[in-house]
Amino acid sequence: MNLLIGNLGHVGVIVAFAAALVAAYSYFQAARGRALGDVHAGWLRLARGAFFVHGLAVLLVVGALFNIIHAHRYEYYYAWSHSSNHLPVHYMISCFWEGQEGSFLLWIFWHVVLGLCVMRFNRRWEAPVMAIFSAVQMFLVSMILGVVLGNVKIGSSPFILLRDFMVDLPVFKMNPDFVPKDGTGLNPLLQNYWMVIHPPTLFLGFALTLVPFAFAIAGLWKKELTAWVKPAIPWTLVGGGVLGVGVMMGAYWAYETLNFGGYWNWDPVENAVYIPWLVLVASLHGLLLWQKRRTGLRTSFTLVITTFILILYATFLTRSGVLGNASVHSFTDLGLSGQLLIYLGAFTVLALALLLSRWKSIPVSPKELTMYQPELWVFVGATVLCLGAFQVLATTSIPVYNALLGLVGIKSNMALPADQIAHYTKAQLWMGVAVAFFSGLAQIMWWQRNDKNTLIGSLTPPALLAMLGTALVILLLRYNKLTISAPYVVLLLTALFGVLANFGTIFTLLRRRIQLSGGAVAHLGIGLMLLGILASAGYSNIISRNVSGMVYSREFTEELNRDNVLLWRNEAARMQNYDVTYTGQYFEAPGVPGYINKQLLFPTDDEYKAIARGPIATDGKTYYKTGDTLEISPENTYYRVNYKDRESGEQFVLYPRAQVNEEMGGLLASPAIKQFAGHDIYSHISSVLDPRKEREWSTPTEHTLSVGDTIFLNDYFAVFRAVEPAHEVAGLGLQKGDLALQADMIVSGERRQYHAHPVFVVRNRLIGRVPDEVDDLGVRITLNSIDPEKGEFRFGVSTTQKDYIILKATEKPFINLLWSGTLLMGLGFFMSLRQRNRREQNGALPAEEATEVLQPLQQSIA
Amino acid sequence: MKKAHIFAIAIIAIAAAIILSTTADASVYVGFGEARQRAAEGNTTKVHVVGKLPRDTQNKPVGLQYDPMLDPNYFAFTLVDTNKVAQRVVYNNPKPQDFDKSEQVVITGCMKGDIFMADNILLKCPSKYVKKDLNAADGATAAR
Repeated sequence: MNLLIGNLGHVGVIVAFAAALVAAYSYFQAARGRALGDVHAGWLRLARGAFFVHGLAVLLVVGALFNIIHAHRYEYYYAWSHSSNHLPVHYMISCFWEGQEGSFLLWIFWHVVLGLCVMRFNRRWEAPVMAIFSAVQMFLVSMILGVVLGNVKIGSSPFILLRDFMVDLPVFKMNPDFVPKDGTGLNPLLQNYWMVIHPPTLFLGFALTLVPFAFAIAGLWKKELTAWVKPAIPWTLVGGGVLGVGVMMGAYWAYETLNFGGYWNWDPVENAVYIPWLVLVASLHGLLLWQKRRTGLRTSFTLVITTFILILYATFLTRSGVLGNASVHSFTDLGLSGQLLIYLGAFTVLALALLLSRWKSIPVSPKELTMYQPELWVFVGATVLCLGAFQVLATTSIPVYNALLGLVGIKSNMALPADQIAHYTKAQLWMGVAVAFFSGLAQIMWWQRNDKNTLIGSLTPPALLAMLGTALVILLLRYNKLTISAPYVVLLLTALFGVLANFGTIFTLLRRRIQLSGGAVAHLGIGLMLLGILASAGYSNIISRNVSGMVYSREFTEELNRDNVLLWRNEAARMQNYDVTYTGQYFEAPGVPGYINKQLLFPTDDEYKAIARGPIATDGKTYYKTGDTLEISPENTYYRVNYKDRESGEQFVLYPRAQVNEEMGGLLASPAIKQFAGHDIYSHISSVLDPRKEREWSTPTEHTLSVGDTIFLNDYFAVFRAVEPAHEVAGLGLQKGDLALQADMIVSGERRQYHAHPVFVVRNRLIGRVPDEVDDLGVRITLNSIDPEKGEFRFGVSTTQKDYIILKATEKPFINLLWSGTLLMGLGFFMSLRQRNRREQNGALPAEEATEVLQPLQQSIA
Repeated sequence: MKKAHIFAIAIIAIAAAIILSTTADASVYVGFGEARQRAAEGNTTKVHVVGKLPRDTQNKPVGLQYDPMLDPNYFAFTLVDTNKVAQRVVYNNPKPQDFDKSEQVVITGCMKGDIFMADNILLKCPSKYVKKDLNAADGATAAR
């Protein structure tokens, strides 16, 4: 039992809190009553010192918590509930942020890093911006403070001991120093490489929204109502890119790991990040409009502040327990909702009050925008993004309305829409249409002088090509006997227009300076993403549909969804163009590439270890010899499914898995995906015989055989070929003086022959029998007794339920457009940022070039 | 009227439409009694019902019907809602794994004739929330 490390960590948290408080106050004093850039040197020194202390304390806390997980210190609740002895080191990193406290810590850590960057790169703004930074840090650290004042619990400490968390457990009454031998483990769903990089990316995105917010508030405070925009833009750019990529990483993880059949489920937890991202991107457009064209400053202020408040609201939604039944994967409720509400309320009220008090003095553009100014269309595009965010927000907040009404005594029974996809698609589709159209339009207009003639000249080619393309697609769909609804036609048309217009812009900029095209590249990515979503979601095709041909009298005559198919082991079934065969269960073993057939593994008492029944080899390399003990990962059972194209004869193999996952309610299926250039084949198990349960065997029937005899077993015939001495019997540990014999029985299955080797052992006059099973056939053979005089052998044969899986398989066309669009979008953000930095390094550029440089950024607005 | 005003009015109109569509699409938590009443009135909008599975003395749920060999896409069970009204439910999908263990079941769908057609099942399992039990093995070690 190591109490030191926890105490150290806890002291670290308290110091971090106190230092953040001192830093916030001193930075405030340093900047108070002075113009921007003029600071009180003494207060500033103190503030900087306090923030450095804060940063060091946070590092100490991070180190202490990681040590608790890494050294398996199960006396701490955090290690016990999030880790286990079998966890590889890289997943210990995921343990760190599986819990609420660790993920707050991650967020706090990023704020420290960003705070140091602001101190280094934005010196003039340091005092007011860092005052806000430190105040936010104070609130965040208070969430993991774990201090009880009177009856009020402030924060939940990650360093709480198991015995303090579960006080009532009798174990601790008997032995207060009891330490469990193993932890309960990381949710196996999170044992995935995406879960190592997705949360830090997302929280970096969260943290990045604080920077523009702090600049905006500092600008309002110091009455520098315009100067804050310039330093805020690069941070907003990074934030938009990081948060966008982070969201899509989560989507990709869900696609690979969860079994709802796609990458986006409109789960409140997903929405909670999607909403602020949309507003963040809208705010970026606002900022660029002001920076380049001196319009939209009030919009920028409002959106930058809203983005940060929405991030706080997202935190409240996912961590307060208010979602309850509405979400499958929000954090558990730690009883901190009050604290979260105060946090949310304080920042909302203060920020809005400050904004309103300065509203009249925020400069506005004197002239009204005309149709021929791209600014107007950028502005419209940003508005559309906000409206799209508003729809998701209005619906996702339904559980909050219930809670609010409950507070005032009204019982509300409102629930989320029964068909969420239809509900959200209704508005998000049109948002996509508008985004695609305005991004294409504004990109083209941004780079040229606009009047009626030039506009017609430059818009005609992409518009015509888009129409041509749409017509072609519709013809192709018809040819393949598919239909397309009117809204899809509009989305297809506008998305194609967006792609072509942005592509055209990139082409034009090639001749000027390719570096300018960051905005166009990002918008091209968005257009491709929309096309990918349209194709993969709108035309996803369930290929496992209705193939069994079974007729079963039902309550209904109407056509129903029959999306799942039953596959018997080793029996091919037809699914549209494929012959599909399920051929057995497999395990994964660390260090061995691919999967190992369960029939090659003899289980031991330790479920993480197995004995090889035969050589385990992949690609000619033998990893384990017969009789070796090897480590396996028992949580995941993989079901080998062979797909054979009926026309081309080409084959591929997928291994969808079922995972024993007590946290998620028991057995959980994850898909396996075969990626082709034009489509994915996505399939997952819907139901299996539970791999955790012992199978039930029939009462054995006895057969008396001589060598060479043939019998029928469970519809298969078997030849009793020989009796031989048994040498290596897996799991038996033969000793000197033991007599061990094994029968060699050849069983002919549908596809191949199997050797069964039931063993008969005599040790110290005691008889032991080791039956052998042919998993594929559901047959178990025991060598019961031997009559040496007559040369007769008695065998017991039992049978079991034949193995099967129920599979759902879907074809997702052109989903690669979505992923490649995401990459392009990220690249676009990155290019814009680099271009911006280069410009700042070079100092003032010639006037004409300077506007050009600025423009690509603005394009990323629309 | 200035263009800005028209623009503002358009935004307000769209926002109002969004709120209306959210209210219209929002479902409700009801009991089976009300679900039947709605169906009788010809209202086929989908509702949420929260309920529990009836269990026998060994705590095994009764009335589950799923035979994948006959039809993998047909699962029927009985659910008792919070007002103790029991109702036969049909779900045209495979039986969710570990359905038997769930403490609480939330279904969405609507009544069709005598049965409730569910198109979605959400399970609340005892283990899904904060871990509070040490397992027996750990307890035994400690007692020694």
